[in-house]
Parts: sequence; C-alpha cells; structure tokens
Amino acid sequence: MDTASSAGQEIILKGVAAAPGISFGPAYLYSKLIPHVEEKPITEEEVPAEIERLHNANARSEKELQKIHAFAEQKLGSQNARIFEAQIMILADAILMGAIEKRIAEEHRNAEFIVADEITKYKQIMLASHDEYMHERAHDVEDVMNRIIRNIQDQKLYSRLEGASIIVSESLAPSDTVIFSRNQVLGYATDLGGVTSHAAILARSLKIPAVVGLRTATKLITTGDTIAIDGYAGLIVLNPTEETLGTLQRKKGRYTEFEGRLVNIAGISAETADHKQIELSANIAFETEIEFSRAQGSAGIGLFRTESQLIGKTSYPGEEEQYEAYRKVADEVYPHSVIFRTFDVGGDKIAPDTEHEANPFLGWRGIRVLLDRPELFLDQIRGILRASTRKNVRIMFPMISTVQELRRAREIVAQAKKELDERALPYDPDIKIGIMIEVPAAAVLAEQMAAEADFLSIGTNDLIQYLLAVDRDNAAVAPLYQQFNPAVLKTIRHIIDAGHKKGVWVGMCGEMAGDPLATVLLVGLGIDELSVIPSVLPEIKKIILSIKYKEAKRVADKVLAMSTEEEIRDHLSSITKNKVPEIPLDE
Amino acid sequence: MIERTVTIVNRKGLHTRPAASLVKTAARFQSELIIRKDNLEINGKSIIGVMTLAAEQGSTLTLQFDGPDEEEACRAMEDLFRRGFDEE
Repeated sequence: MDTASSAGQEIILKGVAAAPGISFGPAYLYSKLIPHVEEKPITEEEVPAEIERLHNANARSEKELQKIHAFAEQKLGSQNARIFEAQIMILADAILMGAIEKRIAEEHRNAEFIVADEITKYKQIMLASHDEYMHERAHDVEDVMNRIIRNIQDQKLYSRLEGASIIVSESLAPSDTVIFSRNQVLGYATDLGGVTSHAAILARSLKIPAVVGLRTATKLITTGDTIAIDGYAGLIVLNPTEETLGTLQRKKGRYTEFEGRLVNIAGISAETADHKQIELSANIAFETEIEFSRAQGSAGIGLFRTESQLIGKTSYPGEEEQYEAYRKVADEVYPHSVIFRTFDVGGDKIAPDTEHEANPFLGWRGIRVLLDRPELFLDQIRGILRASTRKNVRIMFPMISTVQELRRAREIVAQAKKELDERALPYDPDIKIGIMIEVPAAAVLAEQMAAEADFLSIGTNDLIQYLLAVDRDNAAVAPLYQQFNPAVLKTIRHIIDAGHKKGVWVGMCGEMAGDPLATVLLVGLGIDELSVIPSVLPEIKKIILSIKYKEAKRVADKVLAMSTEEEIRDHLSSITKNKVPEIPLDE
Repeated sequence: MIERTVTIVNRKGLHTRPAASLVKTAARFQSELIIRKDNLEINGKSIIGVMTLAAEQGSTLTLQFDGPDEEEACRAMEDLFRRGFDEE
C-alpha cells in the first residue's frame, strides 16, 4: 500500500473501544440523508404519473423497512425491532395515503411536498404532547416520511459501498442498521456514542471491530481515505504508515491465534493456579448484552448501567417501567447475580433535566442528583428491590464522596422497603448495598465507607482523573492520564486493604479492570472481583488461570515500590508476557 | 350514527399494538369511525391518526360510528376496549 506517500500524514484518533477486532480498508463516510423538499406545481395531465411515483415510493419504502425489520429482529431482538412494525403500518395507512393522493390531484402540487406537509401535521401533534413516548413516535413518523420522500425522489439509500469499507459516521440510529446488513462492513467508527450505544452492541453481535466516541472522525476522514481500526485499543489510524500497518497486522494475528484457543475456558470459573477465586463479571447496559457476556464466560453482571433506561427519554421512567426492565435482567442473569448501579447522570452522561454546568465533572451528578430528587431515587430503588426476589440482585451507588451520602442513600432504601411492605410486594430483605469508590475523598475514607457498605467497587476512570487532576478527553493533557501512576496504585491498595479490614469484598468495574496489563497486579493486591466489558473477558480469565496468587502478591509489592508509571508498565508487561506468552499485549 | 364513550383499561394505554388492533377492527366494517379526545378528532381507520391520541390508561375517548353496519362496528369496538385490547 502506498497510502502514506499519496495521502498525507498518519493521524491517530483515540476513542472508546466498543467491539474487538482489527481491520484496514477504505473509509466510507456515512451521513444521514435528510431529503430536500421543494414545492412544485404540476399540471392536471401530470397527476396520474405523480400518484404513480407515490405508489412506487411506498412499495420501495416497505421493502426497505421489511428488510430492516427482519435484520433488527434477528440482531437486536424483537423488542428493538418493534419500532419498524409501526413504520410499516404507516406506509399501509389507507386514510393517510388517500388524503395525500386527493391533495395531489386537487392542489396540483408535487407528491413529496404533499407527503411532507401531510405527515408533518401528525408529527407536530405528537411533539406537542408532554408524553415522552409520543416524542419517540414522532421520530418514527419523521423517519418514515423521509424514507417515502427519498424514494419519491428516487435517491438511492446510500451511495452504495464500493467494496469492503470501514463506516465512519457521526452516530447510528436503530433505523440505520441496514447499512450493516451488507457483508462488506469491515469496521465501524463514530464521533458520538459510548460502549452502550446501539452501534456498539450491534457491532459486537456481528463481530465487526468498532470504535466510538472519536469526536472528530467525520471531520478528519473522507470517503476513500485509507484507515485502520483497532477495536481492542479504541484507535483509528488515518493514513497508517507501513510500520503501523505491520504492527497492527501482527497484533491481529496474535489475537486471532489467541481467540482460537480460548473457546474452551468460557465455562470454567476464574481462579489462580494456586486456587484463589476471582469473581469475573461483566459491565453492561442492556439486557440484550447478557447472552454475549455469558458466552464470553462471565459469572454475572458486576455493573449494570441503569442510565440505559433513560435513553431517548425526556423524563425519568417510573417504578413500574424500571421494575419490568430490571426484573428481566435479574431473571436472565440468574443463578448468577447482577449489580444495578443507580442512575449516574450528570458529568458526561445524559440527564433528562439537568442544566448546563461550567464544570460538570465536579458538579451535580451521581448520588448528588439522586439525593436531591428523592422521589426519582425512590422510584428506582423500589424498581430494583421488586426485581430482587430471587436474591441475585445488589444495589450500588455512584459518586459517593461522604459517609453522610451513603447513610442518606441507605435511608432511602429503608424507606423504599417500608413502602413495598405497605403494598405487600415481595423483595429481598437482605439485599446487599455497595458503593463505587471513584472520588478521592471516598478512597481516603475507604475504611469508614466499608464499615457502612456491603461491598466496594473501584471506578478507575473517574478515580484516576480526579486523583491526577487530568481530563482525559482534553488532548493537551491526555498523556498525563496514567492508569499505572504510582499514586493510583497506592490508592487502589489502600481501598482493597480497607475493605478487607472491615470484612467486605472489593471489586473493580472501571476500564483498568479490563486491561490485561493490570490483571497480575490487581490479583496480587487482593482484588475480589473484576467487572469488565464482555469482549475482554476471555483474556482476563486466561491471565488469572495462568498465574499464582503468591507470585502476583510479590509482583504487586515490587511494583508498589516503584516511582514512575514507565517503570511499572515495563515491569508488568515483561511479567505478563513471561507468565502468559500467548496474551497479545501491545508492542 | 351512534356515539359511545369508552375508557382505556389496559395498563400501557393506547400504544402501538393496541392502536393497530383498533385500526384493524375498524377496517372490518364499512362504517366510518371518528375518534375524539380533548380537542383532537381523528379517523379511526388511520394508524397514524390513532397514534397521535396518546391515550394513557384511564383516559376516555368518544367514538362515533356512521354507516350501514354501525351497530356491529360499535359492538366490536366496545368489546375490544373492554378486553383492554387483549394486552394482559
């Protein structure tokens, strides 16, 4: 490939690893097509042809939607596919189509204009409603309208992929999933979205590498550019050099070989060679991810991000709606358990009713929001409690920074239990309540926290950025975000020791838990549970199975005495390569 | 012409699936069906129209049947509402 010479400098974009895999190829910039509608007069003679255009467009739209529906049903489950059923019904709405045809004939105006005008009326009524469900339906109506108009204008869906490509887009809506139904998608990169977006989930189920949250990918990349996607590291390389391609090619080879050998460890539990059990579980946000997590060998869900319940909503869902969602998750995970983390809104996460803040990461988020909105908090806690009857549910609070917050949150749980007692609804009276340790103050006070919590789970992403005062999304300081900074490791040791002193288990659900370079160290520090994104589960398990706790403890002691991140990384890398040579660590 | 007031009894209200069974039932009859809720008036044989109703559990709708088989249409529709659209 002569990419570097012909197409300029190599640029590396860092995003969030959403689906594993490595591939190379031409980029295809996908942008949502919003058709342009002009009002045009037509003659009486042109009316039949215009109505014919409408009929043909409806027929094509239906064919497209049937295809999307079948695909979505197979890949995302029937619940997520249902929105397309409603769209198909609208196409077949004889009253609506009759009104459109009548107006074309009477008003002598072009079909797309009348379609837009007529369907927009319904959309406006739906948008005027205060019901969030109606707002979602308004989007469906708009989607179907754009589809009909595009087909009247006889535009192709997307200007067709020219051979295998890596799709680059701003974001991906469920109705865009059709682009994946072609077997030529090599990878998927988006500006927006997290590991829980539809795009990420779909990419994982299709085993296509995906990187999301790249922010500027659509601005820097154009169709035809050569790019490489590394879905393990969360990187996109624009104009990769021969050297980069070689490195990635070797990494891909190592992973392919490694993954081939992993199939048989999914069923065994994670314990070290000298029999120390580590609970290895998965971080997920949707019920649909449970199956994949199980196939990857997880022993339960260590972090269920309940914020997923807020997606597409303009207000918080009530107790009943949440109960049904949590119940499904708890039933599906059984006999293993699931930890529901209460809404962690604010910061960079969606919050239906929060104001803009100058400094959201230091602002109104996590437990702070919930304690200020006890009615919301109670709805959620009652929903979780009611889902706990099989005794496999735990509750976890995010962003705890003081013991008072933990006490107040526990009071809310007690109140929710009382309310359920009054309604004679069952729940697990012994439900375990834990907290995320992600604020340095909570880390320092870990012992006092552990005295009043049933478990601690270390959220490394926020803990590291608060501890080191580094915004890792700010490119100017991102290199200072050091996962293996000695201050970070010392803090982690302190939290684990404090938890054990008080007799509670300590887990980790941040990104560090899923970094193969960290596994030996974390096991050596005495971590009880690691909760990771499902795609890295087999690697982490393989490392745990290959090492001895006794040796890992020595590694931890040695590393904790070191002064710089560089030394620590080097040491951990050589230890891991030595103990588990088949693990494909970065070169 | 017959007019009836009905109440939505199924828990999730008139969401997409009940809306579809309402439209399908209306389509079985020759009679016209006009549905009124608050200030809104829509054709009961139009799915996009019924979708705009945002009728949640407990809300009431006025149904107006007009045509040769209006009595049968009315009976079938009242029955459908009473059964809560066979939702649960």
